[in-house]
Amino acid sequence: MHSMAGCAARIDPFHVMPEQVTNKSRRKFNFLDSIEKPTEWFIRLCGWSSIIGIAAIFLFIFKEAAPMLPRLDWLTFFTSPRWIPNPAPGNPASFGALALLAGTFTTTFIALIIAVPVGLGAAVYISEFAKGKVKETLKVVIELLAAIPSIVWGFIGLMVLGPLIKTVFTAAPGSWWGHVMVILHLASAETGAAQGTNLLTGGVILALMSVPVIVSLSEDALRAVPDSFREAALALGANPWETVRRVLFPAARNGLLAACMLGMGRAVGETMAVLLATGHNNRIPAALTDPVRTMTATIAAEMGETVFGDPHYRVLFILGIVLFVITCSINVASDLIIKGVKKANKA
Amino acid sequence: MNTAPVSNPFAPTQFERRKFRRANLNKWIMFGFCAVLVIPLIAILVDIFVKAAPVLSLDYLWLNPANKGKEGGLWAPLVGTFYLVIGSLIFVAPVGILAAIYLNEYAKEGILNRVIGIAVTSLAGVPSIVHGLFGLGAFVLVMLPAVNSVIANPNDRATKWQAGLLTASLTVAVMNLPVIIASAREALGGVPQSFREACWNLGATRWQTIRTIVLPNSLSGILTGVILTISRAAGETAPILFTGVTFFKFVADTGWEKVFPYNPGEPFMAMSMHLNIISNQISQMPEGMKYGSAAVLIGLILFVNSFAIILRVWLRGRKRW
Amino acid sequence: MIHGKPHIEFRDVCAFYGSKQVLRNVTFTVPRHSVIGVIGPANSGKTTMLKTINRTLDFIGGARFTGQVLIDGENVADFRDPNELRRRIGMVFPLPVGLPLTIYENVAYAPRRRGVTAKNELDEIVERCLRQSVLWDEVKDRLQMLGTRLSGGQQQRLTLARALSLSPEILCLDEFSIAIDPVTTMRIEDVLKELRKSMTIVLVTNLVQQARRLADNTLFLWRGEVIELSPTEIAFSDKPKDKRTYDYVNGIFG
Ligand SMILES: Nc1ncnc2c1ncn2[C@@H]1O[C@H](COP(=O)(O)OP(=O)(O)OP(=O)(O)O)[C@@H](O)[C@H]1O
Ligand SMILES: [Mg+2]
Repeated sequence: MHSMAGCAARIDPFHVMPEQVTNKSRRKFNFLDSIEKPTEWFIRLCGWSSIIGIAAIFLFIFKEAAPMLPRLDWLTFFTSPRWIPNPAPGNPASFGALALLAGTFTTTFIALIIAVPVGLGAAVYISEFAKGKVKETLKVVIELLAAIPSIVWGFIGLMVLGPLIKTVFTAAPGSWWGHVMVILHLASAETGAAQGTNLLTGGVILALMSVPVIVSLSEDALRAVPDSFREAALALGANPWETVRRVLFPAARNGLLAACMLGMGRAVGETMAVLLATGHNNRIPAALTDPVRTMTATIAAEMGETVFGDPHYRVLFILGIVLFVITCSINVASDLIIKGVKKANKA
Repeated sequence: MNTAPVSNPFAPTQFERRKFRRANLNKWIMFGFCAVLVIPLIAILVDIFVKAAPVLSLDYLWLNPANKGKEGGLWAPLVGTFYLVIGSLIFVAPVGILAAIYLNEYAKEGILNRVIGIAVTSLAGVPSIVHGLFGLGAFVLVMLPAVNSVIANPNDRATKWQAGLLTASLTVAVMNLPVIIASAREALGGVPQSFREACWNLGATRWQTIRTIVLPNSLSGILTGVILTISRAAGETAPILFTGVTFFKFVADTGWEKVFPYNPGEPFMAMSMHLNIISNQISQMPEGMKYGSAAVLIGLILFVNSFAIILRVWLRGRKRW
Repeated sequence: MIHGKPHIEFRDVCAFYGSKQVLRNVTFTVPRHSVIGVIGPANSGKTTMLKTINRTLDFIGGARFTGQVLIDGENVADFRDPNELRRRIGMVFPLPVGLPLTIYENVAYAPRRRGVTAKNELDEIVERCLRQSVLWDEVKDRLQMLGTRLSGGQQQRLTLARALSLSPEILCLDEFSIAIDPVTTMRIEDVLKELRKSMTIVLVTNLVQQARRLADNTLFLWRGEVIELSPTEIAFSDKPKDKRTYDYVNGIFG
């Protein structure tokens, strides 16, 4: 009757030896087990590292900027485009960052106008339409796009895109193209773009840099929409495009918004690419091909020339604080939006 | 076709056909967006490599730059970038991986966990130039004097450590911390919870479970994240601008010194900085040299990244559950 | 061995997930070397009850329990190292889990963590446990295969083998047979009849007949409350203590 009677059991399966296994004294020493407590404390400490890091960043930048905070003319800082940190002898320095703020925001704006539709479109194509090899290839390309360092993007802007844009936006004086450009604010002079590195070049480069962020995060958001939604929509006779527009976009709305915001965060904080590609000219742009200058590029270009501790040095740190606050708010806000989605999906 | 008075009831109506055409069109538009990304990227890369081709050679990698980079090769900046990557990895890899372990394996849902999550996202959003400012304020201005007060001979300026590999590595490490945390966390999250529970039911401690089941099964995913960090560290410029990189530093042409040219307390050269300077700050720079260093930097990054891609494909092929 | 004392004793145990109460004043005892069958409809808190015994409820955020669970008279809440407790209790949950290790290492996992390193000793444990869980004949030639590559039912028996690998004094089985075919289930039931000579078995099951075949006592849990705890013959007779038990056992519940 007993099923195991047949096998010649070398080991009696019911021979019990509880003491053998659980007896504490027989336990062999294991180094990796013995360091459990200290390891756990170390792990915990590392867990806090990001809090320590972010606090330290704020603290140290604040520390360098602090002596200047009460002395800075904040009104000028935010409303004047006069950025004259090293005036001719006898004249007062002027720290008006308006043009820098304008430079940062106009380039970011141009970048988003390009990157949001392209990024969302590419994400939808990759996640909903592309199959097999095409999908894999596109994903790899997006990843490579994200991997290209910002200095290389700057180089591309300076050497490849800039000359191209200069050629397109150049007109003979008095020609119709010159008129059109002035009327449409494509260029501020009738002769067209003064130089290849300008707002448009910087914007396009920044767009290419934020697209991978937007694509990969949007794709995550779309993938998070349960398949049952798609199936339900298709069962009701919607074609794939209607499914995307009427079902997926609403369902993934917050995730897509967060993706665009993070793309914007990347564009605002980008440094080396805009340093090389925007023309580095401190003025409020009046047309699309005017050279501009961003806050990040200003810090990168001028910090090396400052004297430690002088007002110019400290004002650059203040610019850093402004950037820090802007990008952190963008990131935290998008994080909250994404978390909100997760909670709603769970409920 | 008009012979049958009763047409097929399942044939698409005019309206449906139009809708279908529009849907198809939309699909192609979205494909177009992808093409907008892929084609220029390839065109640009081809352009750069073609223009770089005349200077590319093994000597170009092996020789030190000469005459402000107008002649010679890229050896010194390449070595500097290599040590920068290694240096930053030494700091960030253990801390980041352990932080991910904490977040994924130890932290309970709660306010602290939430704060850490927000800290990671904010850290990821800090602009690279702000990291540079931080490195300047924290490592160069505060840490270095402290280090020097211990190790340097106050009467001999030469023994003092300056802003260099150490400070730059630390800055890049802080910058890459959220990257490595996020990717390691994803890898750890890929290990099903049921494995952990099974181990806990057997009386294995959390640490034993992590050590024997969780880590071995997420190691390759973690490694992928580390590789991506490498490629990021290799290309960064802004964070090292004020924290130790320099445009020119003499590096011996032969011998031991050529391979270990920099000590941690010395400014160093880096590929990204080299490209930055030669591409727009030195007049009469030969085009070939500019494109050459851009091509080498891109090649380096693509080379490192392809490892990550290969690793991931290989990983998918040998799933263990 | 102290024969007078019950092996497992629940005293007024209430369990909560957040604010939701899942167990209500559960009180019962299990004598040493007996089999207790726990039956009850879905969501009645059977699994939760097992999780209080080996304190894996600790791992679930927001979950807690009050009252006392005594193992050999010792309150589980007083164990300084709950892992010590867990090693004394073999636990098999309904979903089969093969660890991503070889079959051999799956079974040797817990003993290794206990510091058993001798090859022959491990061989012996592995063979004994695989035989006890009726898996040995199927896998003896491929012990180096990944445990996760086994079929669902095989993985479930592997889970059982793992639970037995530390020769626990208490074995808790939570619907262990849902992934296993009837023939193999019967063979495992035979094994359980043997095992009860050396361990106390808590058998949670949806198959009331399984409880009837194996259990000495049967506990009927309903919405977190103990409705009935009586010897199996009585629980399955026409006149159990509570009418609801009769209804549930005979499938006229509701
Ligand atoms: N991790 C958890 N978090 C919150 N609630 C839970 C959790 N696990 C179980 N519950 C709830 O506790 C109640 C009892 O669950 P339990 O798993 O103990 O029931 P059960 O008797 O084992 O049911 P079944 O027969 O279906 O396995 C259920 O209402 C369930 O929703
Ligand atoms: Mg259950």
